[in-house]
Parts: sequence; structure tokens; C-alpha cells
Amino acid sequence: MTRLWPVMAMLLCLTVPWIPGLPLFSVTLGNLIGLAAIVTVGLVVLTGVGGMTSFAQASFVGFGAYTTAILSTRYGVSPWLTLPLAIAAAGIAAAAVGAITLRLSGHYLALGTIAWSVSLFYLFGNLDLVGRNDGIDGIPPLVILGWKLIDVRASFAVIGIGLVLAVIATRHLLDSRWGRAIRALRGAAGAASSCGVEVPKARLLAFVYAAVLAGFAGWLFAHLQRAVNPTPFGLNASIQYMLMAVIGGAAQLPGAILGAALVVLVNDRLQDWLPRLLGSGGNYETIAFGVLLIVVLQAAPSGLWPLLSRGRTRARTLTPAPALPVRSARPVGSPVLEVSGLRRSFGGLVAVDGLSFRLAAGELLGLIGPNGAGKSTSFNLLTGILAPDAGVVRLCGEEVTGLAAPAMARRGVARSFQHVKLASGMSVIENVALGTHLRGRASPLAGILRRDRAEEAMLFAEAARQLERVGLAGFEDRPATSLALGQQRLVEIARALCLDPTLLLLDEPAAGLRHQEKQALATLLRRLKAEGMAILLVEHDMEFVMGLADRLVVMDFGTRIAEGAPEAVRRDPAVIEAYLGGVA
Amino acid sequence: MDQQVLLILVQDGIVNGALYALLALCLVLVFAVTRVILIPQGEFVSFAALTYATLDTGHVPASLYLLASFGAAAFLRSVWSTRGRALVFLAVETLVLPAAIAALTVWLAPLKPGVVVQAALAVAIVAPMAPYLYRLAFQPLGEASVLVLLIAAVGAHLAMTGFGLMIFGPEGARGPAFSDAMFSLGALDVSGQSLWILGLTSALMAGLYLFFEFTLLGTALRATAVNRLGARLVGIRTTQSGLIAFTLAGLIGALSGVLIAPLTTVYYDGGFLIGLKGFVAAIVGGLASYPLAVLAALAVGIVESFSSFWASAFKEVIVFAVIIPVLLWRSLRHGPAEDEE
Repeated sequence: MTRLWPVMAMLLCLTVPWIPGLPLFSVTLGNLIGLAAIVTVGLVVLTGVGGMTSFAQASFVGFGAYTTAILSTRYGVSPWLTLPLAIAAAGIAAAAVGAITLRLSGHYLALGTIAWSVSLFYLFGNLDLVGRNDGIDGIPPLVILGWKLIDVRASFAVIGIGLVLAVIATRHLLDSRWGRAIRALRGAAGAASSCGVEVPKARLLAFVYAAVLAGFAGWLFAHLQRAVNPTPFGLNASIQYMLMAVIGGAAQLPGAILGAALVVLVNDRLQDWLPRLLGSGGNYETIAFGVLLIVVLQAAPSGLWPLLSRGRTRARTLTPAPALPVRSARPVGSPVLEVSGLRRSFGGLVAVDGLSFRLAAGELLGLIGPNGAGKSTSFNLLTGILAPDAGVVRLCGEEVTGLAAPAMARRGVARSFQHVKLASGMSVIENVALGTHLRGRASPLAGILRRDRAEEAMLFAEAARQLERVGLAGFEDRPATSLALGQQRLVEIARALCLDPTLLLLDEPAAGLRHQEKQALATLLRRLKAEGMAILLVEHDMEFVMGLADRLVVMDFGTRIAEGAPEAVRRDPAVIEAYLGGVA
Repeated sequence: MDQQVLLILVQDGIVNGALYALLALCLVLVFAVTRVILIPQGEFVSFAALTYATLDTGHVPASLYLLASFGAAAFLRSVWSTRGRALVFLAVETLVLPAAIAALTVWLAPLKPGVVVQAALAVAIVAPMAPYLYRLAFQPLGEASVLVLLIAAVGAHLAMTGFGLMIFGPEGARGPAFSDAMFSLGALDVSGQSLWILGLTSALMAGLYLFFEFTLLGTALRATAVNRLGARLVGIRTTQSGLIAFTLAGLIGALSGVLIAPLTTVYYDGGFLIGLKGFVAAIVGGLASYPLAVLAALAVGIVESFSSFWASAFKEVIVFAVIIPVLLWRSLRHGPAEDEE
């Protein structure tokens, strides 16, 4: 049934408009809903899933519409040939805007797109090329096998099929390697970047994809309305698309269609009723929509769709697949990590001051110290989340000081976080599969076209293997954030292991684990060590760390105060002083 | 272009830029204190300008209805969560105050009491809408993310524009100048209105500076801006800080509207474009720096006056395009931001 829905939906699009007795007006409304839903599906990817906000979607619709309008009226290009060009125009425009704003915090994109939206509206309205405020008319209709699609019913069929294709493409994208990167952007961008995802690239991808769908809707709009002018591409239209996404439930694809339908239908009724109630001359529906937007945000922040559907995650069927190639293991004892003179300050506070240590393959080094000693900052310096002010970090002999997180991940550095960072909208196994990002090659386009299935099967087989290794087999399809905190930490370790790391950094992995889980974790770490992995462990559970670590480095106030075998460190007066504030 | 034209353009730019600067200051302030990007700021400008113009005709402006409705709605929205003495304050703020302003207006408007009183009335009618708006739209969203607050702000803008059309109609209006005097400064003619604008703007900026530096309330606002949780821990009510920030934004927005009314015809939706220019300046300042925002606002004003001279059809396009190099520069200077909500 789930496989068949696109076929069923397309058949409906081809038959429903011709049902005898169906008023033409409702078909027209259906067309408006379909066009808006295509744009809103893009916003779901961008806003609901990716956590970014754009108020320029209507401008991208405009790019698509004007591109095909100009090419088909002035140069007689067939509409089918202008389709890729219209989509490309919207995509390129989005790439240009995105390149400027997407590296900044989220609200810059929103503000940038508002300014851009207003400015494009005036540009469309004043440029001779696009016919100024009069726009362009006489756009040729689409022709299929000699049949001109002029009728409203035929338009419905075309728009409906277009919407089905957009939904399928979006589903495929979100269920691909890059899709997981986009889904991790909201709430787990740091984790994604430590898995090797170039976060700005994933953001740009979501933004361009949303614009491409808008451009597609614009192309449809131009050939079905057969005339374009600047009005439907202004800021208010963009706000309306945002309203549709918010009302429907910005994180779900069916929500986009629900939202589009509600807004279009309510708009139609309001334009009918309100002037009768309040007299003409007002733009009352804008008041209603503005108020509605605020009310929905306050009353149902995740939209109406989740209220209608039962929140279920679909089980994924794992197919057997060949193992992924692995990095050649470093011989036990060869140097992996060499840190010297590492220093980082925040304003006047020196968090890490001249830290030096070495770590060899097959060795487990415990980094301990009281709260605020600089352990987590050291982790962030070593994994590329923060850049050090001074000092040198070498990884397997190569200097890697100040490299960004994805570059460190590519070199085989994997980590877990003290405050667990799992993507909340993804299942356990999808979160773990995020760790395989660098071990796949498939492009976003391959994902959309489902040319990535063989690779995906391999990635998920690897994720399942690592999940089993940390003792979470059977939890694959649970929503990741529904697990107990201790188990979430294990999911992070499985995700880190998916990177096939040379160096594994674990930030308090045992916190929140029960006794037996701790023992299982200890066994796993010993096995990883025996395989030649270098492990750096921050932990407050002394029993756990003393039993596991080959050596300990003790930090206090950002500096190393002791180093050596666990037994020697335990007796070190400086360590006792730091922990107990005097000789106990 | 001769020197005379150049000087006139620069003068125009500075006068408009001063108004954008006021708006930019409010935007930075409101964002810092409440994390709301105040898109509806422009509506306060246009509402005040149109109210001021209506008062000059001796009529009672319809914006009084809007004030009263906003107040009543804010009362209803907040009354459930308010107890004890705060309830009295709430009633005074949202019910008594609009009633008093309405009574005063109905009494004074037909007397045509002169531009200064009319201007003060217009500000009094429009400014309280800002804290009411905060109570209605933003306070219930509490600790929502910046993006959710921004979407709500856009919704508020949409609704306010609709209200604007309903109460003021589609026709624009111009208000009377504060002063018809003309001064000659060498080759340049300076209007009294320009001096009023520059004088009031400077005074307001100085006032804001003193407020933030030397009063307890101002310090509390700054504390909220620096660290919301920390501010709450030391007993500052962040809701109250939000109300104050919005009140300041409403006052300054309305005052800018009254000042701009004699310079240009203002339409019900015209404030949005004016406010957006404040945004361009605020963004240049990174939504954080007050002095940078003021300088940027003056630059925006000058860019605007020159582009309206050379390519008036593309004036808005050019002004908003200013934002692009700024964002590019910010983007290259900062590393990638990781928004974790």
C-alpha cells in the first residue's frame, strides 16, 4: 500500500477533476492548493526539518516563472526545455543568497530574505526585461502529445502529478545520506559536524532544494496561468507560504499539504465573508492570517498535522550488505595523538593552559580533574570545535592544529558529547548512520533518484553492527530521544564508532549507566583498545576510569597537575589537594 | 551634479538617516532584551504619522479604537496569569490608560491645540500598542527560539498592516511641519523641520544612553540582554524587561512617525519600508552594536537619497542591496555559526 500511494494519487489527479457535477471553482481552488503545497514542501525541508527560515520562497517562485515566461514568449523555447532552466534559475539565486547568509546565525537568513524579497519585488516591478508591473502575458500553455493544457481540469492533473513527484523526491532526499545531515541540523549540528558533515553545505543544500521546488512551482504557475506579474511573488506571498508550513506542522510532508489546503480554503472563505461582515475596502484576510499565525505558534507550535496523526516512526528493513572498507589499523604502540602547549582562553579566563600529553594506538588515557578543570574545552580543542590560541596538535605525525571538526573527522577522530547530541526527529539507527556520513559517496541527487540504495544498505548494515556492539540491538527503530540518558550515550558511542576512528574521545560515557551497562561498556572499550584504537576518556566515575585507563592525566585550572599510572596518580598529593582541597 | 545638489542630497540623507537610526536603536534594544526581531516596528511609525495627520484635521483618529481593542485584548490575554496587586497595575495599564488617552483625545482633537500637543497625542495613542503587542503575541511564547519569535513578529506585522488599512484607508497623508522656518547655511537651505528631527534624535539618543548607564531600570535591561537566566536569578523579571523594551520601541517608533509625517506622504503600509531600513542599519551593527547601527543608519539614509536622485525607480532595490556586502563581510569574518535550539 505504501509503495502504491504515488500511483493511486496520480490516478486520482487524472480522474477527480472530470467527475461529473464537480464545480469548476473547486478544481481551481485545488490548483491553488497544489501549487502552494509544492512550495510548502520545500519549506518543510528548510524550516521544519532544517530549522532555517526563509521569507523569499515567493521570490524563488518568481524566478522560475519569469525565466520560463521570458524564454518561451521572446525566444519561442518549448516549455519542456525551459523547465530545467527555470529550476536552475531559482536554485542559482538561492545558492547566491545562501552563500552570503547561511554561515551566519539563523535569523540573518530570515532578515536577509525579507530584504531580498522586498528588493526583488521592486526589481521585477521596474525592469523592462520582465515587463515592469504589467508583467508578461501570452505565455504558451504546456503541450502533451499535441494536446494543449488550457483547461482548468487539465491543470489540476498536471499540478497534482507535480506535487506527488515533489513529495516523492523530498521523501527520498530526507531518507538519504545528505538528508540525514539536513535532519541533524536542528539540535544536533555540532554532532553532525563532528561526524564529518560540512554544516554550511548541508544548510545550503536544504535552502537550494527548497528554492528548486519553488522554481518548479513557478514554472507550473507561468504555463498554467499563462501570464505573470510581480504581485504573487512579493513578501506577503512568502509570509503566506510560511503560514502554511507552520499551520500544517513544519516538520512533516503531509502537514505541508494540509497547511496549504487550510490557508487557501480559509482565504477563499474569508475573502467572501469578511467584506460582507465588515464592509469592503479592507484587506481583512491579512489580519486573520497574521493573528492565526501567532495563535498557532502559541497553541500548537508543531502544527496541526501531529495532532491528527499518531506519531510513529516507520520501521526500517535492514538488508544484508557487504561490509564497508575500513582504515588500516595503526600498530599498537605507535603514536596517535601528540599534544604540546595547548592553550585557550575565553576573555580573561584561561580554560586550558599549556596542556601536553601523548597517546598511542591501543592505549586508553583517562583525562580527569574537578569540574571546570578544562577537560571538555580540551576535547573541543582536539576535535576542531574550538580553535586553540597556542600549542600544537599532531595526529599520526601530521600537524592538525586548528583544523575544523569535519576535517578532524576525516582524519579519524570521533567523539561523544558530555551533553548528548542526538537528532530528535530520527530513529536510533538513523542517528548512528549519521556517523557513516564520510564512508558514503552518494550525492544528494543520487539520493533523490534512489541511486544510492546499495550504498545505503552498506551504511545501515554498519550502523546496525555498531549498535549491536554497544549492546543496543533491538532498539534500531525507536525514536532516539525516547531512550534513557545512559542509552543515549551508548548511541553516541555507536555513532562515533561508525566513523571507523583511529582516535576515539569519550566525554563521560558512563554517566547515567547502570552497573551492568558500565561493565559492558568497559568490556567494549577494552576490545577496541586491543584492536589498536587510541581512546581518550573524560570520566568522573573513578572506579570506572581507574579500572580501564593505562595512564591518567589530571587537570586542574586548565593545567596538567599530574600524569602517570592510575595507582601513582591516586597517591599524588597535588591530585588529592585538587580534589579534596587539602590533605585528607 | 553641482555642489548645491550634492549638499541637498547629503542633508536629506542625514535627516532620514537620523530617523532610521532611532528605529535601528529600538530594533537592537528589543532584540537584545527579548530576542524578538521587531518586524512590526514600522507599523508604529506609519500609525503615528497617520494619527498625527488626522489630528491636524481636527478629527478624532480611528486609531483610538485600535488602541482600546489592543488594550482590552492584552488585558484578557494576561488576566488569567495575574494575581493580587499586579492585577490592578494590569488593569491600569491596559484599560484605564487607553480610556484616559481616548478621553483626552476626544476633548482636545476638535480644539486643534497645535502641532506639539497633536504630536504628543499621536505618540500617546500609538506607543502603548507596543507593550500590548508584547503581552498578546510574544510573552506567551516565552522561551521559544529566535526563529519562532521572528515568525510571530512577521505574523504581527501582517495583522497590523491589515488593521492599518482598515482604520486609515488606502489614502496616504502628510502631517504639518513642526516649524516652517528656513535657515541659510552658506549655499544650503536648512529647514526648521530638519533641525527638529536632528535635535530630537540626538536628545533621545543621549536620553537612552543616560537611561542605560545610570538608572536601575536601564541596568536591569542591560542585564537581561547579556544573560536572561542570570538576570532572573538576581530577581529581574524578564517579562517586565520585555515590556519596557517594547514600550521604548513603541515610543520611539511613534515619535519617528510624527517626525517623518511632514517630510513624505505616509501610507498605512509605508512604515514597513521605513522600518526595514532601520533593519539594514541594525544588521550592519550585528544586531548588537548601538554606535555601529547609528552610523550605518546615516549611511543608509545617504545611499537612499543619492539613489533616488540617480535611479529613483530602483531606490529600494539599491538600499536593500546594501545589506549584501555587509552580510558577506560578516560571513567571512565569523566562522560558521552553529545554531543549537
